[in-house]
Amino acid sequence: MFRNQYDTDVTTWSPAGRLFQVEYAMEAVKQGSAAIGLRSKTHVVLACVNKANSELSSHQKKIFKVDDHIGVAIAGLTADGRVLSRYMRSECINYGYTYESPLPVGRLVVQLADKAQVCTQRSWKRPYGVGLLVAGLDESGAHLYYNCPSGNYFEYQAFAIGSRSQAAKTYLERKFENFTSSSRDDLIKDALFAIRETLQGEKLTSTVCTVAVVGVGEPFCILDQATVQGLINEFEISGEEGGAAVEETGGESGGAPAVEQEAAPMDI
Amino acid sequence: MPKEQANWSPYDNNGGTCVAIAGADYCVIAADTRMSTGYSILTRDYSKICKLADKSIMASSGFQADVKALQKVLASRHSIYQHQHNKQMSCPAMAQLLSNTLYYKRFFPYYAFNVLGGLDSEGKGCVFTYDAVGSYERVGYSAQGSGATLITPFLDNQLKSPSPLLLPAKDAVTPLSESEAIDLVKTCFASATERDIYTGDKVEIVILNGDGIRHEYEELRKD
Repeated sequence: MFRNQYDTDVTTWSPAGRLFQVEYAMEAVKQGSAAIGLRSKTHVVLACVNKANSELSSHQKKIFKVDDHIGVAIAGLTADGRVLSRYMRSECINYGYTYESPLPVGRLVVQLADKAQVCTQRSWKRPYGVGLLVAGLDESGAHLYYNCPSGNYFEYQAFAIGSRSQAAKTYLERKFENFTSSSRDDLIKDALFAIRETLQGEKLTSTVCTVAVVGVGEPFCILDQATVQGLINEFEISGEEGGAAVEETGGESGGAPAVEQEAAPMDI
Repeated sequence: MPKEQANWSPYDNNGGTCVAIAGADYCVIAADTRMSTGYSILTRDYSKICKLADKSIMASSGFQADVKALQKVLASRHSIYQHQHNKQMSCPAMAQLLSNTLYYKRFFPYYAFNVLGGLDSEGKGCVFTYDAVGSYERVGYSAQGSGATLITPFLDNQLKSPSPLLLPAKDAVTPLSESEAIDLVKTCFASATERDIYTGDKVEIVILNGDGIRHEYEELRKD
């Protein structure tokens, strides 16, 4: 993995036509804790794994409300994510002020992507080290986009980013064809299942994950812990159900200490 | 040679009157719905009242284009506050924000005469009254606009402490009940409508209390 010769500057191409700094930035996204998003015709659900560094600390905030109709989940350098969320909020407020209507999601992600691209073409900047799953609703329906540090963005029916996201992606690939017509509750259930996949056998409780929903007639909101725990119990997916096969054959067992029920995350 | 005068003004006065009264656990904010220019009526059905936050309602008379711009600026600032603090702005906080926003345009003012009503953090009614450049004060009741000179002496008579020496000052918050205050407001507008040509058509009354927000409308003389 040593590409030392051409990776010092973001403005230096490699002979193979690659910008290594940008690729390293995408690597940072893969190191962050998992975030997933899925959409139906009328709703979009975001969910993410919230692991605290130690039992004493609070959990990282990874899902941000951007406007009543848009929310974002991040993976990677959360500080970069916070800054970009602030930019997105500002853009939504200014658009609403000028046009008295909500900013279409597609416009916002293009602006975000252009902002990220700038950092790939200035010698005094570095790319943002964060991947963003942008969930939103506008006149043309429900949308889920993924913005990456390279300045690229794609629209998805469902996607997962961050560490061990491949497990979630595999689950989503199996189920995505049904998502368009899913009900809101089924969509949340699938999101929780997908999150469970990334936990690799660890118990799924509301202290390790965060869920947010936006939909027709439902402004973006982050579900509170009690609601999420209720849903988990209802779906009985805290790890006892053997339905979903474990895809990852990686050797790592639950090396991280078991998450205690008592460690309450900081209020979002 | 006498100084040349401008033959165009960026301002216009759309008339109208606004009133607010603070109670022990409620606040009444009212404004007429007539919008005029010169001696003409533009519409009989225009709301001068704007909800800025869950517990802050603003009524403004003056130049309605400036009022609309002011409302938009405050709404955007409130959105930013909510993102940063994860809660709604309190009425006293909104009062300060309004003052700062008005003073920001000290040298090209918003031609808006505002009265802000709501509930403070203890749930008591509060009313803040402003001039066009942001000077403000918390009071128990206030009137602004074309009919203010007719209404204020009447409210002083009904609500003000009989003497500055009598403590506690009676005009801090009225001991009237909610329905008594609403009737008082209707009386104010009925009287003002008689003599002020810019006030009339309908009065829109907004009542803010612990249970939420309520609207009432009352017809006024249309001449």
